[in-house]
Amino acid sequence: MLSPEEISEIEAEAAHYPRRDAVCIDAMRIVQRHRGWVSDESLHDIAAHLGMSVTDLDSVATFYNLIFRRPVGRHVIMICDSVSCWMMGYDRMREHLGMRLGIGLGDTTSDNRFTLLPIVCLGCCDRAPAMMVDDDLHSGLDPQKIDRALETYT
Amino acid sequence: MTPLIEKPLTKNMRPDGSVVDRKAYEQAGGYQAVRKVVQHGMTSNAVTDAVKDANLRGRGGAGFPTAKKWSFVPLGKDAPSPTYLICNADEMEPGTFKDRLLLERDPHQLIEGMIISGFAIEADVAYIFLRGEYVLAAERLLRAIAEAYDAHYLGKNILGSDYSLELHLHLSGGRYMCGEETGLLNALEGKRANPRSKPPFPPVVGLFGKPTVVNNVETLCCVPHIINHGAAWFRALGRTQDAGTKLFGASGKVKRPGLWELPMGTTIREILEEHAGGMRDGVTFRGLLPGGASTDFVTKEHLDTPMDYSAMATIGSRMGTGTMIVLDDQTCPVGMTWNLMHFFAQESCGWCTPCWSGLGWVERILKSMEEGQGKPGDLDKLTSQANMWGPGATFCALAPGAAEPLHSALKCFRDDFERHIREKRCPWR
Repeated sequence: MLSPEEISEIEAEAAHYPRRDAVCIDAMRIVQRHRGWVSDESLHDIAAHLGMSVTDLDSVATFYNLIFRRPVGRHVIMICDSVSCWMMGYDRMREHLGMRLGIGLGDTTSDNRFTLLPIVCLGCCDRAPAMMVDDDLHSGLDPQKIDRALETYT
Repeated sequence: MTPLIEKPLTKNMRPDGSVVDRKAYEQAGGYQAVRKVVQHGMTSNAVTDAVKDANLRGRGGAGFPTAKKWSFVPLGKDAPSPTYLICNADEMEPGTFKDRLLLERDPHQLIEGMIISGFAIEADVAYIFLRGEYVLAAERLLRAIAEAYDAHYLGKNILGSDYSLELHLHLSGGRYMCGEETGLLNALEGKRANPRSKPPFPPVVGLFGKPTVVNNVETLCCVPHIINHGAAWFRALGRTQDAGTKLFGASGKVKRPGLWELPMGTTIREILEEHAGGMRDGVTFRGLLPGGASTDFVTKEHLDTPMDYSAMATIGSRMGTGTMIVLDDQTCPVGMTWNLMHFFAQESCGWCTPCWSGLGWVERILKSMEEGQGKPGDLDKLTSQANMWGPGATFCALAPGAAEPLHSALKCFRDDFERHIREKRCPWR
């Protein structure tokens, strides 16, 4: 069941489009903001709410990398693997994160604290290498800076 | 004519990175151009003519003349309704970080540009299509849009005129394809961001089948200044035949990576050496991608080329987004090309065969070369693949864009590719 809050947020966005199904990406983002990810159950509920077929909605969901169809940890780390960050030390940062968290790209720590994902260019190439943790951009990374940043996410 | 203002796009920006709110924007002369357009009897054609005279060309990378794009939109009472204006703020071209600045620091400049551009094409509804990771930009844009509605710059009968415009912010679900004009339209309709067949072109049949103009952030931000100061002033800002200023940037192992608003036609050398401070100590320049991942490498013999649409084309590259990615001698050009091809292969939407099949194949070949498994004949395979990517062989510009760095890397760094195969290793590892 979608919560009243989710429904009201979805309806506010739906008013911006002439067709109801156009809001489906916004709707999945809204549900994900509340629940962390889009489960099969959420997918069914959103599809029903918007009058779409579940398969149509899932074909959209699986296209977009910022919509999570699998559970994620409490915090999502997205590390930029595009060209400027790659030149400025992406490999070393990924290795450090992997060692520090004990996971690889696409995985979640066993305490469910972090999920580590690659992301394309974050648009702060002048301060590479960069990553986002949840809504926060961290740039000019080095291993010490990564360690300090991670401590603030519990 | 002496330019009145040398850096119109960044003149309001604060060194501390805080946002220019509506009041501060108005105090700096903001929204005067909207008044001029909606209250003082300019026609939509007069606005388009001013932008045409100013020779404004698209700042998203392709350089299409903005007024020409607008001129395809049917106007008047019999035109299909509604007409849409979309700001493409899906900045995802690797190495590109220019629109972020405009969005985060001076959002009212963009909103004013959208109102005037909307007026020119008689748009009823406008959207800002923003990439989902630009969280700070989203917060600041939402606040700025609300401030603009409060002051009747947006909504019904703007400033008491006959013109009305609704403006909404859409946050993307991700994927590079959303920055492609027709992929963006599908994404905004709640579909997968596959490209559409053209014609019909979006100004005639676009979002929800209605006339739609898609313009880049930086392009739209130029428009209020053209209305305020005139086409001749705007043209005079450029050093070459191309008009205006441009946000130029540099990333990689340069001394001062950054972003600067400079005259259109500033040379690559001036950007690289004076503004970016040249290469870091201990590394040597080898080449650069002048404007994002999908532009051709240029090397040192071309550093005195002006960064504009035409001069960059004469040396077989493109200005693209104007944010250059600098390759140094400590970085493997094959590894860099692999990174680029990995990006394009991953971001292919899977619609056209040369793209989904060819990019993946090329990525695997480059990976094998980096891992010491390169084979004689690989370079011919890479070349023949790049030749199959168009333009003209695919629905959109993703694969042709990928061909640009691949083709040029094979040309500029051929010895390095051959050495990987001959020595069965990456000499940089």
